[in-house]
Amino acid sequence: MKTVAEIGQRLDVLASRAPDPNFAAEYLALGEQVLEHWVLARGMQPTRDEREGFRLLALHRQGADKLPSFNACRETCRELVYHYNLLTQQADHPEAGQRARMMGLVTNHLYFFVSGKMENEELGEFCCSSKALREKVDVERPTQ
Amino acid sequence: MSDKKTKYQEVAYYPGCALEGGGHAYNRSTKALGKKLGLKLKEVENWNCCGAMEVKNIDPKIQTYLSSRVMSIAANKMGLDTVMAPCNGCYHNLKKAEYDIANDPDTVEVVERISKKSGHDTYQAGQVETIHALDWVKETIGEEGLKERVKNSLKDMKIANYYGCMYTRPRHIFPEKDQGPGSESTSKPHFMDDLLEAAGAENVEFPLKTACCGGAHTLSDSDTSTKLVLNILQAAEASGAEVIATECPTCHSGLEMHQIRAEATLGVKTNVKIIYFTQLLGMAMGLKPKEVGLHENVSDSFAFVKEKGLA
Repeated sequence: MKTVAEIGQRLDVLASRAPDPNFAAEYLALGEQVLEHWVLARGMQPTRDEREGFRLLALHRQGADKLPSFNACRETCRELVYHYNLLTQQADHPEAGQRARMMGLVTNHLYFFVSGKMENEELGEFCCSSKALREKVDVERPTQ
Repeated sequence: MSDKKTKYQEVAYYPGCALEGGGHAYNRSTKALGKKLGLKLKEVENWNCCGAMEVKNIDPKIQTYLSSRVMSIAANKMGLDTVMAPCNGCYHNLKKAEYDIANDPDTVEVVERISKKSGHDTYQAGQVETIHALDWVKETIGEEGLKERVKNSLKDMKIANYYGCMYTRPRHIFPEKDQGPGSESTSKPHFMDDLLEAAGAENVEFPLKTACCGGAHTLSDSDTSTKLVLNILQAAEASGAEVIATECPTCHSGLEMHQIRAEATLGVKTNVKIIYFTQLLGMAMGLKPKEVGLHENVSDSFAFVKEKGLA
């Protein structure tokens, strides 16, 4: 599995090339790897299961367990799957290049969202540059 | 007339803090559009913050109380059964309060206790329905009504509709959504698309319409927010859009500010315009750019709207 930084570098490389429907499988795999990093950083083993035929969706579900804010990338994951289907089912479509370009941007978004969130959560590979959003102190509050 | 068409003609208007600050253009354009369409907005008297993210992060039940106070005033002091909140954050928080008060006895206990201490009537489950500005225009005027009223068509304007992540999430607090034809979708929202298309615009296929703009981290982690926003701006441009239509002051400000920041820090310039849907509809209905607060936007779109025949 690539590191988070390597995933970002690979996305940059793909973005610098002419959009190609053949990138679809790699974009999907990079999306899965991004989510694997998130799941691992939360101390879980990334699932091998699939949901609706996609491991990406199962990984998202696992990553959002007890963390509703992670659902902010739920539709991004679903868009990724949608574009994968478009590109693999209609590889000769006149819009295939444009669709590949959009799939790249959607994958980018998932990458930025998750890597940024990892930084904020003080998880993963960014500890040296991360900052706590707030002190993790339990404050005793009166009930009245 | 449908129930909602009648019910939403006069609503309690809850602008919330953002619309009095950085999102004032949204406030101005919402009021101007409502007036133009003959809809009545009665601002919630002595309203308070909905609890936004700050209070919710410390104690979600206090946030629920704060939102419940707004709904209590609308119902018990103003005698209104609908609160219209144009801000996605306020809309989300009031919907969450509606849901929690109807379903969680612990929340009800906290809301009752603080309301009593504060000396106002306690909000009771079901007294009020919270709606978004999109629901308000869609249900009262609708696409056909807008088509009849268009003075300056948005024709030849290519728009990416950006809803942000709070408008549809979490799904369980929006029981009216995903109810089939005519209702809003939480996975592919379309109310803004429908309204702007009725005003003549051409909506583009935009895959990031509910993606995160990094709004919550814009101060603590500006770089991530800039990357997220830049990606949204680039996706909109790649979709062929000239304009990103917004319906949330936080998203809107984030898109505007990080568009500038992306150019300054990453050297990447994007040209897509960022305009509230209420501004676009207002201009389509014949309002002048200043009447919908175009001058209050950070990004300058005067030349663009002039070129499109709206000024």
